[in-house]
Amino acid sequence: MIEAVGLHKSFGSTHALAGLDLDVTEGTILCVLGPNGAGKTTAVRVLTTLTHPDSGHATVAGIDVVRHPAQVRAKIGVAGQYAALDELLTGRENLQMVGRLYRVSGSDARRRADELIERFELTEAADRTVKTYSGGMRRRLDLGAALMAQPPVIFLDEPTTGLDPKGRLSMWDLIAQLARGGTTVLMTTQYLEEADQLADDIVVIDHGRVIARGTADELKRQVAGERLEVTISDSPWLDAARRALESLGEGPAHVDTDARRVSVAVASHEGVLTRAIRELDASGVHVDDIGFRRPTLDEVFLALTGRPAEETVEATA
Amino acid sequence: MSRFAWWLRDSREMVKRNLIHIKRTPELLLDVTLSPIMFVLLFSLVFGGAIEIPRDTYINFLMAGIFVQTISFAGIYTGVLLANDLTKGMIDRFRSLPMSQSSVLTGRTLTDVLRATLAIAIMWIVGMLVGFRPGGGITGGAAAVGLMLLFGFALSWVGVAMGALVRTPEALQGVIFAVVFPLTFVSSAFVPTDTMPDWLAWFADRQPMTLITDAVRSLTLDGSGGPAAIPAILWSIGILAAFFPLGLWLYQRRTTQ
Repeated sequence: MIEAVGLHKSFGSTHALAGLDLDVTEGTILCVLGPNGAGKTTAVRVLTTLTHPDSGHATVAGIDVVRHPAQVRAKIGVAGQYAALDELLTGRENLQMVGRLYRVSGSDARRRADELIERFELTEAADRTVKTYSGGMRRRLDLGAALMAQPPVIFLDEPTTGLDPKGRLSMWDLIAQLARGGTTVLMTTQYLEEADQLADDIVVIDHGRVIARGTADELKRQVAGERLEVTISDSPWLDAARRALESLGEGPAHVDTDARRVSVAVASHEGVLTRAIRELDASGVHVDDIGFRRPTLDEVFLALTGRPAEETVEATA
Repeated sequence: MSRFAWWLRDSREMVKRNLIHIKRTPELLLDVTLSPIMFVLLFSLVFGGAIEIPRDTYINFLMAGIFVQTISFAGIYTGVLLANDLTKGMIDRFRSLPMSQSSVLTGRTLTDVLRATLAIAIMWIVGMLVGFRPGGGITGGAAAVGLMLLFGFALSWVGVAMGALVRTPEALQGVIFAVVFPLTFVSSAFVPTDTMPDWLAWFADRQPMTLITDAVRSLTLDGSGGPAAIPAILWSIGILAAFFPLGLWLYQRRTTQ
């Protein structure tokens, strides 16, 4: 339903896209995962006809995005990180305007707007100007605008960035409903948890190209086997625990300070647990819990890009 | 529906959006309401007494100049409103819709024709209150209004081109002040050009502001604007023919980066 082959796009000396390939099957959710500046937004802008690629080829619903942008636009809905709404119009006016510009008839636009307002829980705010809306309400209205013409393909650029946990859950729910209804969704995110929750398929992109793809499970398997995870009783031991685990695992250890958890990829089970307990005991680390488990997408990301996803977010924010 | 019919429908939708903006932020109309009233009163009551005009009262001479000055500022001001839109996400929304893309611009410039009409009506009334007595009759008046709206529409496309070029609306406001302001003063808008030094009068007599002002003046005052109106119409059409495609092209270029 969405296909991109070898997309390149440069802004001056910055290569936002460096040979990006994507493929989304009809009725599925693809999550494009990557840190800020990885090229996620540029990819969405090219696929939604907002930006011309320097080279490469992309089709949406079988239509070329460069050659027939108007036909593509009739098939897609777009909702972005910066809600594209008119602040001076009410929620209802925004939806109706977008509906009519999708070339839906006036009466259908009104009916559809009423429907979406109710479904997205905006009934009370529908006749207030958008500038009075909270972040979560704006995102819901923005998504509603994208759905006015019931397009078969939806693009969501970081739909939950900056939302509180409640707002995020309600967006997740709406997105999952869309896919169940047969809509094809391409969404970008910096949140691994989000990809894990929603995606049928995930591509991880960095520096404008895909560095890994698959289902969440496949990615976890592809990157590393099992991990040894230790929960310690007190934070001051985090560093000692990290050193102990790195000495017997493979690659860098992943440290979750808040949960007082340290984990590392291990090649096999054999003898590892005993050695780990001995090492930790020798370093004077008190352990609450220890065991093997599958890697999280966070760790997958770390292994693929050489840096943790969260830190990248903070560094560029 | 034909492409043209869709374009009309989309443009109407855009005009509707702009009119809702005006309804919710009436201060958007200050430049076509309060400031022309101020200019009419300031020039007629404060400077008017010191300016001698042969064969007529100063207020009768002045009104054409105030009309054209207001129309010019309001026309180019379109660019500020467009630049403002371009800094927000809304243009991206429009560009992702299967609508006629040029209707964003025609909606903008057509709204400004409505703004200009309002401005002319207000100035006309305030002018009459302080002694403006146009003798050109209904035909002369209607022709003058038509000419002003055409000129204003042409200038709004200059505004579109400039609005698509500048990075911020504030930058354009500075440019407008630095270019349009001197042009309206070095013209026949407020004083007859024969009182200026020869070299300045030479320029003033040939620039479009003077030509438009002179045409509006003779149309409103005695209805005999025929010969003066021709260069005015040609200038308006020329500006429109140059800046309509240029504005569309610059907007397209700005938004497809």
